[in-house]
Amino acid sequence: MSGILLLEQLLNSLQFGLMLFLLAAGLTLVFGIMDLINLAHGSLYMIGAYLVATIAAASGSFWIGLAGGVAASAVLGAVLECTVVRRLYQRDHLSQVLGTFALLLMANEGVRMIWGSQPLMMPMPAGLSGPVELLPGFSYPAYRLLIIGAGLAVALLLYVLVTRTRLGMQVRAGASNREMAQAMGADVRRLFTLLFAFGAALCAVAGGMLGPLLAVQVGMGESILILAFVVIVIGGIGSIRGALVGALLVGLVDTAGRTVVPMLFELLMGPAAADNAGPAVASILIYVLMAAVLFWKPRGLFPARG
Amino acid sequence: MAHSPQHESPGLLDHALRARSAVPLLVLLILLPFAALALDEGFYIGVASRILIFALAATSLNLILGFGGMVSFGHAAFVGMGAYTVGILMQSGIASAWIAWPAALLVGGLFAFVIGLVSLRTQGVYFIMITLAFAQMLFYLMVSLKQYGGEDGLPLATRSDPGLGLDLSDDVQFYFVVLAICAGVFVCLARLLNARFGHVLQAIRENETRMAALGFAVYRHKLIAFTLAGAIAGLAGALLANQSSFVSPSLLQWSQSGILLVMVILGGVGHLYGGLAGAAAFLLIEEIVSSYTIHWQFGLGALLLAVVLLAPNGLMSLVRRRGAP
Repeated sequence: MSGILLLEQLLNSLQFGLMLFLLAAGLTLVFGIMDLINLAHGSLYMIGAYLVATIAAASGSFWIGLAGGVAASAVLGAVLECTVVRRLYQRDHLSQVLGTFALLLMANEGVRMIWGSQPLMMPMPAGLSGPVELLPGFSYPAYRLLIIGAGLAVALLLYVLVTRTRLGMQVRAGASNREMAQAMGADVRRLFTLLFAFGAALCAVAGGMLGPLLAVQVGMGESILILAFVVIVIGGIGSIRGALVGALLVGLVDTAGRTVVPMLFELLMGPAAADNAGPAVASILIYVLMAAVLFWKPRGLFPARG
Repeated sequence: MAHSPQHESPGLLDHALRARSAVPLLVLLILLPFAALALDEGFYIGVASRILIFALAATSLNLILGFGGMVSFGHAAFVGMGAYTVGILMQSGIASAWIAWPAALLVGGLFAFVIGLVSLRTQGVYFIMITLAFAQMLFYLMVSLKQYGGEDGLPLATRSDPGLGLDLSDDVQFYFVVLAICAGVFVCLARLLNARFGHVLQAIRENETRMAALGFAVYRHKLIAFTLAGAIAGLAGALLANQSSFVSPSLLQWSQSGILLVMVILGGVGHLYGGLAGAAAFLLIEEIVSSYTIHWQFGLGALLLAVVLLAPNGLMSLVRRRGAP
């Protein structure tokens, strides 16, 4: 494989992995700290994307749309937490699965009622739709570079928030021992609402940023939700660092699977087999990775709880 | 059992079929197609078959989830593999139900055995995720098999042929075959749960460490239950393939596993009738709400949410709560 192609695929995998991280970070915190299995997390991603697309179309500016959509999603997350999600914390995992599955159904149908079932197309922000020449003879879409930059910035922000602030300290304390953190005076109620809203905002960032690349449509949250779960299980539930490593790993395996595996198949079995089995095998690889990680490290790569 | 905690009902391990409730239910189900035909609502016979098939699948999940404490998030894979067994055999010219359905049972059990062998080494959330991972692998496998329709699925030329002068393309006859299979499996499962195996399985759910310390082969009991559940799910898949005359990878999708979980939780985890009640409630709500509005999923979601918040232990707990002394 040529160096240029390799570099391009690496950047693609980084871009995908970082967006996955935005979802996984919220999911792993909610899961690790509130002990809540949230199947509706993907719905927040979908709703976030719709809000960003709508506000961007109304205002004519992608940036106003992104800011407005993210803010609106955070408010929605807070409202959802206060009205429904809060009642599920003390329940067993099965009730949480049922409750958040109900939310997922309602979110899908609610979006269909408001926006219809046609996918929304989001234009790229002006000035970023062209390629940028990174190296002589190698150019890469500017917008994808922006996504990578934004993903890295959010990851850095999260790192600073979690490791350098009082709030972050409480979050970490909550992840490793919730009862003890509560006993030591952390306002867990407020922390949970904030966390849930923050997770929703991260979802909206991911949904809004990916909007121009993918179609904004009903059901977009489901496939990525499962990937986000895979990421947090690989990384270790409750660990932000694990979520980042897991997301980058999944991004890498997915992209590698989509490019390397079909090439290998073509080499070994001819183009027909490559066309047939290539994409599916690439998708299977992610789950093989997860099964392998769980087999050797049953609590993920970076277990948060002691 | 005055001293028992409130979540334990009288006779925690006892799930015997009571003639008082089972016989009227069976009579009702036998009379149902005649009533539907008399009212000129033959359409509902198909709905009833579908409910029974899903009840079979949900009951098999309840065996491991409710009685074995294993939260499998990949149960639709076994249903799907059973369905594909029928579809693939049909495509290669084998339409006999006597070959295809036992084959589906075997295939479901075999996949469950292999997946259980690895998955049962993990616990809790990790078990949920690893069963999901295996189910997703099978899903993508079926998507990639272009000779069996790939993503588009595989239409069945006819329904399976059981011989004996039966014609399954007739909805009433198909309904009775489904009912007979469901009732048979149901009786077998009820007996199994009240036998030593069932009691050991439920005791493992309550306290795995203690059962291991007492010398019971915990892992082996769980694996047998998991395999059995997969086999029954495969059989349900065979019936489902016949019912819709079509198999596709969407049968194996994770959302299908989610729906099966929801049915069991809705009906009542660890209740003998939990799978049946859940499947009936879920599909009937779907049927009724969708006749009023195309946005039926919203209503279904709202109802499910109400059940979670108001009936924490599923629908069957409402019945039992009233019946409890």
